[in-house]
Amino acid sequence: MIDRIEQLRAEGEGAIAAAASSEQLEQLRVRYLGRKAQLPQLLREVATLEPHQRGAVGKAANQARQALEALIDARAQELAAGELLRRLHEDRVDVTLPGAPPQPIGRLHVLTSTRRELEDIFLGLGFTVMEGPEIETVHYNFDALNHSPTHPARARTDTFYVAPTRERAHEHALGGAPSRPPGAGDLLLRTHTSPMQIRAMEAHPPPLYVVIPGRVYRLDSDATHTPQFHQIEGLAVDRDITLADLKGTLLRFAREMFGERREVRLRPHFFPFTEPSVEVDVSCFQCSGRGFLRDGARCPLCKGEGWLEVLGAGEVDPNVYAHVPLTAANAPGYDPEQVQGFAWGLGVERIAMLKHGVPDLRLYYENDLRLLEQF
Amino acid sequence: MLVPLPWLREYCDPELDADGIAERLTMTGTNVEAIHRHGVPATGGFVVGRVLSVEQHPDADRLKVCTVDLGTDRVPPTEGEREGDGDARERARAGAGGEAHNGARPATIVCGAPNVAAGQTVAVARPGAVMPDGTRLERRKLRGVPSEGMILAESELDLSPAGEGSEGIMVLDEMLLDAELAPGTPLEQVLAIAIDVLELEITPNRPDCLGVYGVARELHAATGAELAPEPWSDDPGTPGAVAGAQVIVECPELCPRFTARVFEEVTIGPSPAWLKARLHAAGQRPINNVVDITNYVMLLSGQPLHAFDLDRVAGSRLTVRRARAGEQVQTLDAQTRTLDREMVVIDDAHGPTSIAGLMGGARSEVAPDTRRVLLEVANWSGPNIHRSSLVLGLRSEASARFEKGLAPEQCAQAQALASRLMLELCGARLQAGTIDVVEGEQQSAGWPGLAPTTIRLREARVHEILGVPVPVARQAEILAALGFATAPREDGLDVSVPALRRADVTREIDLIEEVARIDGLERLPATLPARRGAAGRLTHPQRVRRAAEDALVGRGLYEIVGWSFAEPALLDRLLLAPEHPLRRVLTLENPLSAEQSIMRPTLLGSLLDAARHNVSRGRAEIAIFESGTVYRAARHDDARDEDARHDAARDDARDDAARTLAGAAPLADEHHGLGVLLSGHTSPRAWRGERREVDFFAAKALLEELLERFHVSWSIERAESPFLHPGRSAAVHARDPRTGARGGHGTGGEGRADEVERPIALGLLGEVHPLVAEQWGLERAATFLIDLGKLAAVAPEVSSFHVFGAFPVLRQDLAVTLPDEVSAAQLLARVREAGGETLERAEVFDVYTGEQVGEGRRSLALALSFRALERTLTDEDVAPVRDRVLAAVHAIGGELRG
Repeated sequence: MIDRIEQLRAEGEGAIAAAASSEQLEQLRVRYLGRKAQLPQLLREVATLEPHQRGAVGKAANQARQALEALIDARAQELAAGELLRRLHEDRVDVTLPGAPPQPIGRLHVLTSTRRELEDIFLGLGFTVMEGPEIETVHYNFDALNHSPTHPARARTDTFYVAPTRERAHEHALGGAPSRPPGAGDLLLRTHTSPMQIRAMEAHPPPLYVVIPGRVYRLDSDATHTPQFHQIEGLAVDRDITLADLKGTLLRFAREMFGERREVRLRPHFFPFTEPSVEVDVSCFQCSGRGFLRDGARCPLCKGEGWLEVLGAGEVDPNVYAHVPLTAANAPGYDPEQVQGFAWGLGVERIAMLKHGVPDLRLYYENDLRLLEQF
Repeated sequence: MLVPLPWLREYCDPELDADGIAERLTMTGTNVEAIHRHGVPATGGFVVGRVLSVEQHPDADRLKVCTVDLGTDRVPPTEGEREGDGDARERARAGAGGEAHNGARPATIVCGAPNVAAGQTVAVARPGAVMPDGTRLERRKLRGVPSEGMILAESELDLSPAGEGSEGIMVLDEMLLDAELAPGTPLEQVLAIAIDVLELEITPNRPDCLGVYGVARELHAATGAELAPEPWSDDPGTPGAVAGAQVIVECPELCPRFTARVFEEVTIGPSPAWLKARLHAAGQRPINNVVDITNYVMLLSGQPLHAFDLDRVAGSRLTVRRARAGEQVQTLDAQTRTLDREMVVIDDAHGPTSIAGLMGGARSEVAPDTRRVLLEVANWSGPNIHRSSLVLGLRSEASARFEKGLAPEQCAQAQALASRLMLELCGARLQAGTIDVVEGEQQSAGWPGLAPTTIRLREARVHEILGVPVPVARQAEILAALGFATAPREDGLDVSVPALRRADVTREIDLIEEVARIDGLERLPATLPARRGAAGRLTHPQRVRRAAEDALVGRGLYEIVGWSFAEPALLDRLLLAPEHPLRRVLTLENPLSAEQSIMRPTLLGSLLDAARHNVSRGRAEIAIFESGTVYRAARHDDARDEDARHDAARDDARDDAARTLAGAAPLADEHHGLGVLLSGHTSPRAWRGERREVDFFAAKALLEELLERFHVSWSIERAESPFLHPGRSAAVHARDPRTGARGGHGTGGEGRADEVERPIALGLLGEVHPLVAEQWGLERAATFLIDLGKLAAVAPEVSSFHVFGAFPVLRQDLAVTLPDEVSAAQLLARVREAGGETLERAEVFDVYTGEQVGEGRRSLALALSFRALERTLTDEDVAPVRDRVLAAVHAIGGELRG
């Protein structure tokens, strides 16, 4: 009987090892271990044996059954793993197909991303961001900024003026070129973000550290001038802000924007609302300020100058403080003997043009997706 | 301003080349915009020659065949040597270099000038020389006779304008009496044939630099090179009355000074070559010696002058007066100008001869037969000249200088210099006396000047402003070089301001600028401000704006930046009725064109323009937005409309800023809008995945997410707008959190409008009206337009924690049929009200219309979520709530769908 058991066990072991699928294995389980199978049958027959034989036979039969069970389980796992692998393999895809459905992400306009980058640089330097009206008065745009009555920027050939509304129309002789010089209360499209210098100082006491981004307008239209463009004004007023501080602040800006190896150069200039006034150049990042490229050709970006003009700046002219009235909001006010500071105005379009090589400023306002997708 | 370098070097000559001089001027405040090369590009090939013989050309009446000595060992290069590559300069050098081995022989040159004659010393360009227009001279045959070069006229060297002096060649032995003129001498050694001309940007505060001598003074200060004495220091004139000429100034407030001198026995003729060359290089056309002197003196001193033919001045008397209103004057350009009371004319006995400071009259102009000249040098009110120039549209070299505000003292300088030149170059005799009317009064004792002002320059203040100390001695040195007188004081210097800088330098800060720019801004250290208490941070509205833009970018939209300008026709194309509020636009007085003559009242035009641009270039899917300002005229009392009360919700800082000093009404109605335009499909075409055509709901989905992003309590309700599809348009409202009616937020949802005490109109949503879309070539487009300032105002700055409960949610679906006229929002409002606190959410997840629900009805399927904070809900718990919900649905005509 033990021989039969061993024979069955050997036969079962062979069959299990040869089972090629879970179904076959299940059939083998029934055949060797099921209710009607031989091995359980033998176990039931143990009771009919002589008592001295029962122990050895029963043990052998149990061992055989356990061994086959274990083998079946192990084989079942093996087969399942193999079958999963096969299924997964059959489930493969062409990974080079595009993702679907598409989840497009858009882009900010390059002027916005540039403006934000500039804002962030100055936020990091402790400036807050302030905004103001684009429709301004002659007072804020020119008079309070110390522009002489004859400053050419006031001319209707340079500055957009807003036509009087019906209420004010009777004050005007309409028709033909208006000849009346603009008065302090007349409305215009601001020609720079600088009027907000006055408004910021009217609304806040010193110390004041602000940058003022915004849209400005001038009557100009060609590849390097658009009638609308964007500026970022800077204004820092405190007890002791020097021209050297202006240089340091703009050096920081230049390096954040154009790279750590940049230098800045201050050239004396004239602006009505700063004194001393300077124009600020940044060393050219394309030729590292050498003016020529590796192949010896003249640098196309700085035109061989080695420097790129980026903005105008200076120490705030005392006359500008004199135009800031003392108000409840800005006490103790701006006494030119007590406060000093600097201001600058830089063009966002120009910075973006330099940084990204956009050749024609008008492209910014065409909004061609082929441009928008590039930034 | 154009400054020929040799002219500048005559007064200040640092040992620097043109680039070096340009660099020093630029770095001290006189920006050199360009260095032009005037004359020939290269001097090689241009030599002095002597005409040995002149014979008639055998085949041409007007040509002569000359033999010209070009030096003993100098002859033109051979034909072969002139061939080959290389740029013009190299060829020119080759021309000059291929000389010696050919041996000595005179050159044969064919010349067409009538004045050529044997024995003359002339200027010759040899083959290979490069002419001012860039062409290289060739050896060639003229009517069969080979010519080995060209005998030159002034204009051919660009020493005078074309047409001037071109009737004859230059005869050097007549022109240059003192020069060494051996044949073969390089021409550049005897004649300035290649001049560098600096193009300077003179800032408006520096009218003293509108003359060559003023620039020389700058160069002196910038380099330390010696400055020549003032060219007007030697005045041949005398003070006192002038016999036979009189000037009366009736409006001294507009004419602070008027000076005149009289010259007799004047011989009008061409100016000498050096003077013509100088004027030409400085961009002026030589006319005759008298006019050229006035221009030359103006270019050197910055002070304009005017020469009258005294015999043509009726009554020999000039009166300076204000014009009469409407008075008409014919100017030199043959135009009739209508004047006003603010303009100044100069009269003689027959009426106006010129408009002061702007343009002379033809009647008393200097002519070839002029014998007596009255030379006017006057000072005019800068702002007045500026205004007259603008109003009349008249600008000249003179008015451009006058309007900057010249110093009255400059009159004396110009008279002195011009007088000397009149005597030297016109053979004139200066009549005794000088008319000098200062503030309306004739002066008789020499040239009076105003007392210089004195300004204290504190050493400490220089340091405070610049951030770096400048020794007092250095300050004094700089100021002295610029013409200021200084005297030491215990805290710095007392500085007296020279007349020419009186207008620009009035305060200590102006002196500090002078010190800083000459001392060198390169020396400044780079430091950072102390930034006491300054913390850089964006404001809430700025953060909302950035987050809104980023959210849309994250949903696949591209940002555009449109024009603030629009065309008036935009308002018609948007189908706006005559009294529509968006027609209250700001109009520009002086637009670039009619298409850009109003300020956009909505972003929709910019969005449609950008969509059209891209669709016409083959882009099918448009998903764009703009975040930018829109403009309307300020509301006046009679125009206040109902949304005025919502202004309180505006971005306050900005509105405050938009008020004038006096606290008057805002200058204009400006707000920062956010506009979205979708067209085509909701997503790009792909190999898998469903996509829909853009419609109302595509735009609404974006808007809803945006409003939820900012935790706004919002409602969207049907509302019409002229440019939107009347059946697919809505208004967006938000609850003003400041009403305090209900706490909390983030509970946004439709149908809450009745709970909103002060609904704030955020904007519009809808499909673009097909008639509008059509005009931009679009088939179907959806948009929303909201006011970002208002959105920021209703968006809480801080989100507070909301208890969400630990127990599981119980979900049930509910399908109800409703009459068509009941909106989803109405249904949800009733359901939510009936559901009370247990009903956490109720959302529409399916909509069905069709036979099964019958005509005039539709089925809405709702997903209901119930939750209690304290326990797990069972169906039995929820049953009574569900019954209340069903009762509420019944109340609005709804039925449970089986």
